[in-house]
Amino acid sequence: MKKLSTLLAATAVVTLMAGSAWSKTLVYCSEGSPEGFDSALYTAGTTFDASSRTVYNRLVEFKKGSTEIEPGLAASWEMSADGTQYTFKLRPGVKFQTTDFFTPTRELNADDVIFSFERQYKADNPWNKYVAGATYEYFSGMGFPELIKSIEKVDDLTVKFVLNKSEAPFLANLGMDFASIYSKEYADKLQADGKMEMMNQQPLGTGPYTFVAYQADAAIRYKANPDYWGGKQKIDDLVFAITTDAAVRAQKLKAGECHIMPYPNAADVSELQKDETLTVLKEEGLNVSYLAYNTLVAPFDKPEVRKALNMAVNKQAIVDAVFQGAATVAKNPIPPTMWSYNDAVEDDKYDPEAAKKALEAAGVSNLKMKIWAMPVSRPYMLNARRAAELMQADLAKIGVEVEIVSYEWAEYLKLSSDKARDGAVILGWTGDNGDPDNFLDTLLGCTAVGGNNRAQWCNKEFDDLVKKAKLTPDQAERTKLYQQAQLVFKKEAPWNTIDHSLVFMPMNKKVSGYVQDPLGIHRFDGVDIAE
Amino acid sequence: MSSVETKSVSPAAAAAATPSAPPSGFAEFWFYFSSNRGAVLGLGIFVIILLMAIFAPLLTSHDPIIQNRDVLLLPPVFAEGGRAEYLLGTDPVGRDILTRLMYGARFSLFVGLIVVTLSVVAGVLIGLVAGFFRGTTDTIIMRLMDIILAFPSLLLALVLVAVLGPGLVNAMIAIALVNLPHFVRLTRASVMTERNKDYVIGSQVAGAGTLRIMFVTILPNCLAPLIVQATLAFSAAILDAAALGFLGMGAQPPTPEWGTMLAEAREFIQRAWWVVTFPGLAILITVLAINLMGDGLRDALDPKLKRS
Amino acid sequence: MLRFIFGRLAVLIPTFIGVSIIAFSFIRLLPGDPVMLLSGERVMAPERHAQIMAELGLDRPMYVQYFDYLTGLLQGDFGRSIISKRPVIDDFMTLFPATMELAICAIILAVCLGIPAGVVAAVKRGTWLDQTIMGTALVGYSMPIFWWGLLLIIFFSGTLGWTPVSGRISFLYFFPPVTGFMLIDSLLSGQKGAFGSAVSHMILPTIVLATIPLAVIARQTRSAMLEVLSEDYVRTARSKGMSPFRIIGVHALRNAMIPVITTIGLQIGVLLGGAILTESIFSWPGIGKWMVDSVFKRDYAVVQGGLMMITLVIMFVNLIVDLLYGWANPRIRR
Repeated sequence: MKKLSTLLAATAVVTLMAGSAWSKTLVYCSEGSPEGFDSALYTAGTTFDASSRTVYNRLVEFKKGSTEIEPGLAASWEMSADGTQYTFKLRPGVKFQTTDFFTPTRELNADDVIFSFERQYKADNPWNKYVAGATYEYFSGMGFPELIKSIEKVDDLTVKFVLNKSEAPFLANLGMDFASIYSKEYADKLQADGKMEMMNQQPLGTGPYTFVAYQADAAIRYKANPDYWGGKQKIDDLVFAITTDAAVRAQKLKAGECHIMPYPNAADVSELQKDETLTVLKEEGLNVSYLAYNTLVAPFDKPEVRKALNMAVNKQAIVDAVFQGAATVAKNPIPPTMWSYNDAVEDDKYDPEAAKKALEAAGVSNLKMKIWAMPVSRPYMLNARRAAELMQADLAKIGVEVEIVSYEWAEYLKLSSDKARDGAVILGWTGDNGDPDNFLDTLLGCTAVGGNNRAQWCNKEFDDLVKKAKLTPDQAERTKLYQQAQLVFKKEAPWNTIDHSLVFMPMNKKVSGYVQDPLGIHRFDGVDIAE
Repeated sequence: MSSVETKSVSPAAAAAATPSAPPSGFAEFWFYFSSNRGAVLGLGIFVIILLMAIFAPLLTSHDPIIQNRDVLLLPPVFAEGGRAEYLLGTDPVGRDILTRLMYGARFSLFVGLIVVTLSVVAGVLIGLVAGFFRGTTDTIIMRLMDIILAFPSLLLALVLVAVLGPGLVNAMIAIALVNLPHFVRLTRASVMTERNKDYVIGSQVAGAGTLRIMFVTILPNCLAPLIVQATLAFSAAILDAAALGFLGMGAQPPTPEWGTMLAEAREFIQRAWWVVTFPGLAILITVLAINLMGDGLRDALDPKLKRS
Repeated sequence: MLRFIFGRLAVLIPTFIGVSIIAFSFIRLLPGDPVMLLSGERVMAPERHAQIMAELGLDRPMYVQYFDYLTGLLQGDFGRSIISKRPVIDDFMTLFPATMELAICAIILAVCLGIPAGVVAAVKRGTWLDQTIMGTALVGYSMPIFWWGLLLIIFFSGTLGWTPVSGRISFLYFFPPVTGFMLIDSLLSGQKGAFGSAVSHMILPTIVLATIPLAVIARQTRSAMLEVLSEDYVRTARSKGMSPFRIIGVHALRNAMIPVITTIGLQIGVLLGGAILTESIFSWPGIGKWMVDSVFKRDYAVVQGGLMMITLVIMFVNLIVDLLYGWANPRIRR
């Protein structure tokens, strides 16, 4: 008898499924498994795509396809005159998702916002260490523990952030993934049930898609959230088909097994562009790859030497060989899609003859140096070893002998930030929030020496400009300061700026409404697919 | 992968198979070996590969490392668009594939040689000690070997290389280590059968020292199964090194090691079949040639199988 | 028999401890610092780094960490991923059925083709058929399977478009896992076409993974058969005019099977190793690919726990094979 009822139940499920087979399904061949679904715990874009950009929302959101912010869960906000207090008015009537593991009884309110932030820095919050080894990398990386003084509930729909100092990029930071807003009601229920870990496995938020299931290393399934405050999405089901190999992704796209994919092999792009069923979008990524000299070590402490070396390297050749053209040569430390990019800056022109002379003029001969090549492929530098080999050949032409060294990735990251490092290091950066401060001060400011500032470069003129810009709320004013800083940077040449990679997004022609995001995130709100 | 080879020479079979009469000379060996056509073919191919590896710089005018941006991804000569100076085409950075394969043969043969030498020398020493002294020493050694054998060999090698750092030398050390137990077991089993035979007891009575008995009296009589096992280990080592290279843990680019070449070629699987096909073919042919020789050696050295 | 079983178990315990020590110490020797990787290109402040190390218990003396680990193991706690923060055993349990399914299909294919091929080769010894079969088997045995997989993908998925490129089932189908075996689950789900899709995803990986065991089994069957066929009782049966089919099918094959079964048992360990390559090529979501990914991500805890668990599985399978062998062959029980 029991068997019969199971059978009946199974049949019922089948009928349901058969019904849903007619629904619109978009399959996204994603590049890897998410680390988890609690985006505040992680730093990888893959994880954000699967959690914060589908399931969650933030107080402010980035406009589609831009680094500018627009209202999200906060309908409006006000900043105090000194820039240390932000008051957010929450959007009324926002519903959390209803799933088979949780049914919300109330709408979004200030408690949810406070919960979402406090758990990340208050050690006594039960959620601060709800999984063993929980750390909030972005929260601390963006300096929030030092920045936030308090977060106060003014009324149910009003929240006030009090800061320790004025910080211009603060709003942009709130659009980042770690600032996603969670349901306190869901959290309380998980805590009461003793299943706190599920927060990281069954996410629940206010976003456009509702989480359905995760099949480890194979697929993630979502369905459109019918209660979404921005309106129900046009597609019914969204599937992330996890496919780590880029060649395989491309093959699946061509075979129609998926509709859209990120990160094609540079080698496959032209092939995909030729395919009549596909379109390939492209845009400059919000990143930069650089060769950072150690400016504390002679003779690289002299700007003339650094400039001479820069002139000796044919960067176009690197872009061609490593990216097969899928990148542009960089002249500034920030990418061209970012506001305040100074197009008037002139790059050190490739000229081996002039480079040789400049090096002699600086009194340097028989120079031997090391170039560090990253052991891993990153979007801004697909093959550092190949790039280093090209630099080695170029520099040999002006009489500089280069030894290429490499370390295991974690070692590399650690050793490369050492002030006494021997050699110039190839590395790069992908923007977090679209703010120039996130490149200029983070990577080149005096406070970052011995840390993210791999050139160990502390220049007062430059540092004053970016520090001042950070405290200036007015964007036009900031733009001027940053443009000036870029001129100083080029004059001093702590880096040889190598490239900004191009980001390609191949997709089936049936897909519409997909907009490439300069921040490198993949979002599927507003995307549709033709039958 | 490398534990497959145990099947041909299990310790018990080897022990039973070891000839108790003195070895019968090269002529007889060659008679049996050459009667196996496959073995002779294998030997022939192997010699050709060996010569190509040794004389690679004379056989080709191209360089295996230097990139040539004028000839990216040229197809082989027999395909449309191929050029005669690049017989098997070029790779994504314009290097001649045939040249890289010839230089790559050096790495593969070298890997096989070093791995076999390392594991044979260490394995025989440890096996002799275990088989000769028995008791606690034997138990400890054999437990240690059991522990190594308990891991899947490729996984163990992979983790070992990760520990030591990716690279050809470390890959060789790792593969030699996972191969070790086979030689230890084999030697031990042979020694244990030989130890109680008359000629050993005779020399013991005559007052020969332990070392002399171990190396001069017993060891030569255990050689046959060891040689066969060593041949199999040679081919298995080439395969494992290529597999590690393929997983990105073996030789590092731009070394023209075959597995590493395959790993680098993977992204071109859609566009340029030749960069994927030829390195794998080179691995297959080499391993096949050595295995053919191994079969012939077994037939020639193993009187029990000779009969059947 | 009972004594035999206990004898085997007594050997396993020191091996298990040895394996746990090796798995544990290996991982501590890995260069690079997993905590460092948590923050990517952004440099982590030293105080924060120390704090996280302390939270993960990585700053305590080695032996304390080991005993902690061993205590955990005995309670079924294989540690927790540093990156995903999930318990290693959970991931293992979700991924293992995929590997298991692939391994079972491969072994079935290898046995079903390998034994008949070996028998035919032995019976037709010395003919062109024997040479063809044995030649093919030797090629299979020498095959770099990672390349073989790529070739099959290029040809069957690329050129012909017959089989899917990777994965376990088309993403159009979705049903909650019941057994974890896609072939069974897809049937249970009752969704039209799901089973067919699962089968078509299965074909290429199965062929690739089965290649080497198939070759080994064919070779082993042939030599075992040859040995049996030369035995006196077979000759007697033959001289009595018993039909060759009966001789081979009933008498010879049965006796030749004992060494072949041992070989098959040994191949299961080999298969789990081969799964590393096969799964990497076909993006098969199983433990082989999981291990490779974890090695690259430097997820200490996963590599250590996964290594332990895979080894335990192999030890268990070997124990079963041993026991079966001892049961079938009373002489070796001692």
